[in-house]
Amino acid sequence: MQELSLNVLDIAQNSVRARASLVTITITERSADHFLEISIADDGCGMSEEQVARVMDPFFTTRTTRKVGLGIPFFKLSAESTGGSFDIQSALGKGTVTTARYHTDHIDMMPLGDMNATILSLISMNPQMDFVYRHSLDNNSFTLDTRELKAVLEDVPLNTPEVVQFMKETLEEGEAELLNQTT
Amino acid sequence: MKSLEELKAIRDRAKATVHLRKENSLDNIRVVVGMATCGIAAGARPVLSTFSEEVAKRGLQNVMVTQTGCIGLCQYEPIVEVYEPDGKVTTYVKMTPDKVDRIITEHLVNGKVVDEFTIGSVGNL
Repeated sequence: MQELSLNVLDIAQNSVRARASLVTITITERSADHFLEISIADDGCGMSEEQVARVMDPFFTTRTTRKVGLGIPFFKLSAESTGGSFDIQSALGKGTVTTARYHTDHIDMMPLGDMNATILSLISMNPQMDFVYRHSLDNNSFTLDTRELKAVLEDVPLNTPEVVQFMKETLEEGEAELLNQTT
Repeated sequence: MKSLEELKAIRDRAKATVHLRKENSLDNIRVVVGMATCGIAAGARPVLSTFSEEVAKRGLQNVMVTQTGCIGLCQYEPIVEVYEPDGKVTTYVKMTPDKVDRIITEHLVNGKVVDEFTIGSVGNL
């Protein structure tokens, strides 16, 4: 993966496959501590303790089209190679929380990349699901919650082109404001 | 900031326009982008968003852009499959956002497969 936002997109596909109805993606940055945390939480089918241990192994996958499963190992490596940490909390029937923590001043730190493109792809490809995206930088934060949008939209789907454009602009403005407030 | 008022206006406009699009209709062309780890790592995200944006921009009511997992040809990713109403399936491989425009114009609009981008043409890579 060239940027962390692609790992997020990949890991969130696991939540889609786990038939989650709500996926919460949180980015927390503390610039003074050179700290970045990415958390992806879903209310999907979850995994047993034994499965959690196995998904870290690149040679484990539930799919049948190929013999390797690299999504989790890639994400884990991206954090651990910066001296950060990685963990998965999961319970069958409850859901899964995947968390990666980074030391952003490490030479092996990948750029976060285009998170907005990741969030937009997830929402427009899975309009029946709900996503909460929260990005906080130091003392400021920005949140997009599709449940709030759906309350306004009534039966107009989230992947209507005008709605996608609205979300795109909302994300861009939110991010610009976040960077502005901090500097 | 964008306001919910703006979203309400979008909702009202969307409700007012008669929806010609029939989800899951048999007349639809389906464009399916592989979005598993292999696809994403190879650059599927911009391919998917370019397809979605272009289809919306051109108002192609009979084209549905969707995603799928890994189909087991990871070395050819990003892969895009086009399913036509008559059952014909075309597999485009090693896709880039630059190739999307030709596929939309020549294949989705005019019905002529862009042979040079298909798996048949690059099959012995």
